[in-house]
Amino acid sequence: MLEKLIFQGLIGLSLSMYLWLLAAGLTLVFGVLGVLNFAHGSLFMLGAYATFTFYGKLGLNFWLSILLSLISVGIIGTILERFFIRRIYDLDLPYQLILTFGFILIFDDLVKIVWGGVAMIPPMPHFLEGSLSILGRPYPIYNIFIIFAGVAVAFLLWLILEKTWWGRMIRASASDREMASAIGINIPLLFTTVFVFAAMLAALGGALGTPVRVVAPGIGTSMIIQAFVITVIGGLGNLKGAFVGALIVGILTAFGILLFPVFELFIIFVVMAIVLLIKPEGLFGK
Amino acid sequence: MRLKTLLLILLILLLLLIPAFGGKYILYMAIHILILSVFALGFNLLLGYTGLLSFGQAGFFAVGSYACAKILLVMPSLLLGVIAGTLAGGISALILGYLCVRHSRIYFSMLTLSFGMMIYSLAWKWRDVTGGDDGLVGIPRAPLEIPGIFSINMSSMGNYYYFVLIISLIAIFIIYRMVHSPFGLTLKGIRDSENRVAYAGISIRTYRLLSFTIAGLYAGLAGSFLPPLENTVTPPIAHWTHSAEPVMVTLLGGIHTFSGPIVGSILFYIIKDIIVRYTQYWLILFGSIVILLVLVFRGGVVIFFTEKILPMLSRRSPPP
Repeated sequence: MLEKLIFQGLIGLSLSMYLWLLAAGLTLVFGVLGVLNFAHGSLFMLGAYATFTFYGKLGLNFWLSILLSLISVGIIGTILERFFIRRIYDLDLPYQLILTFGFILIFDDLVKIVWGGVAMIPPMPHFLEGSLSILGRPYPIYNIFIIFAGVAVAFLLWLILEKTWWGRMIRASASDREMASAIGINIPLLFTTVFVFAAMLAALGGALGTPVRVVAPGIGTSMIIQAFVITVIGGLGNLKGAFVGALIVGILTAFGILLFPVFELFIIFVVMAIVLLIKPEGLFGK
Repeated sequence: MRLKTLLLILLILLLLLIPAFGGKYILYMAIHILILSVFALGFNLLLGYTGLLSFGQAGFFAVGSYACAKILLVMPSLLLGVIAGTLAGGISALILGYLCVRHSRIYFSMLTLSFGMMIYSLAWKWRDVTGGDDGLVGIPRAPLEIPGIFSINMSSMGNYYYFVLIISLIAIFIIYRMVHSPFGLTLKGIRDSENRVAYAGISIRTYRLLSFTIAGLYAGLAGSFLPPLENTVTPPIAHWTHSAEPVMVTLLGGIHTFSGPIVGSILFYIIKDIIVRYTQYWLILFGSIVILLVLVFRGGVVIFFTEKILPMLSRRSPPP
């Protein structure tokens, strides 16, 4: 039984890492730009579709496909921020949510027009196929790859935010936008770069997820809710919180499937509500 | 003021005459518009009047639908089903609202979202009670009857339309009186300046909870109109994307006007109906309209009409 639990925990760990890639961008945009982007899950979906096309359809190199997907979604992100998101920084929450919700509708239909309405299962790169034996059970190599990728992104984010000039500007404008502007930081440009960076993180989550998950229209709406749960648990705008939140949600889902197979989704929202009621600023909030 | 009353009477007459002219499809659409209107009016009591954005209203709508369906499956009485659905929506809103109104702004929205999704996951997975993803099927459109007094057959779409119309008009009238009463003014006060209302010795939480419960009653009522119409209830009505519908139509019509949610609901179905004739991808266009709305006329259609179009028309005609 113990072995079964540990193994299920490892399954949860790899699930956590997709969720982390997804939630990182959402919480970063909220923390810096002050916008809760409903369409973030749709960027994840676009990343998945792009990788499916470059790798699964055109047969390009796996890494090149991911890179091209990131660039494509980055371009979409640039357009989104420059022409739309930029205009809603100072609006009330309902308007922000509804504008970004409008993009969910648009992206969902666009995907249906371009790729059709049916779900697709993309191929897996050969060098990541197969499984290792852990505790006497087969554990997919791809899951190990995902765990490493997630941790690497977390480390990279920490490095960028703490050690680079760009990261310092981000932190400065997140804590005081006007002061940062006064000392000469180009806020509009900075915000565009942050939004595009977040869009690419979401796309990376989608891209890495494609070989093991189904790609279908509408996955954006289910992903964004999980991202909300994670960012709320960790504290809106808090990256460290998002990482821990993703771990909690991923592992809880894995155990939930094992222990309460009917109510695993229910439990996650219970956790979200409890955190909101007891510590609304999140586990890592100030 | 006189003109307004006259227009209102004309409008109600027109609504009463629809079954005489419109076919089954028009009636079906009209019922859906009424359902969304009642749903969104209750929602706007929270958003427009109390300043709270709920993203879990679909949960209460679904509770109303499932409760009504359950009643109709065991006891074919339309009135009983609708009353049960409305009360179920209200009671669940009262219980969950007690927790939700501790917060405002984004935390309130997130909390309502999480409760709404809990209801969704129950509807989806609690197979014994809700039928799981198949939902509940074979729900009869039971007659409207009080045993021994009267009984009206509801199998024709026209009769059911009248039933939904009359109950909706009563509900609209009640909420209209409510927002123009001291209660409504207190809610607006809470929206505009929480502290001042608190200094006046009014319990903000109690008023927010009242507003939340009434919105839940309206969601439950709207929800209970659905099963007799469609004969089925399925989990997607509880999903958060359904909670976005009252948000969209309210913003479309105008958040700070009483008629906004109704006008928004009418436009929502008209736009959908027109676009669907040409392409199945109507969401692209609707999404674009929503985006345009937020960027260009944020006050909503009603305010756009009364402040921009009406003055333009009256300027053209010389004053008497």
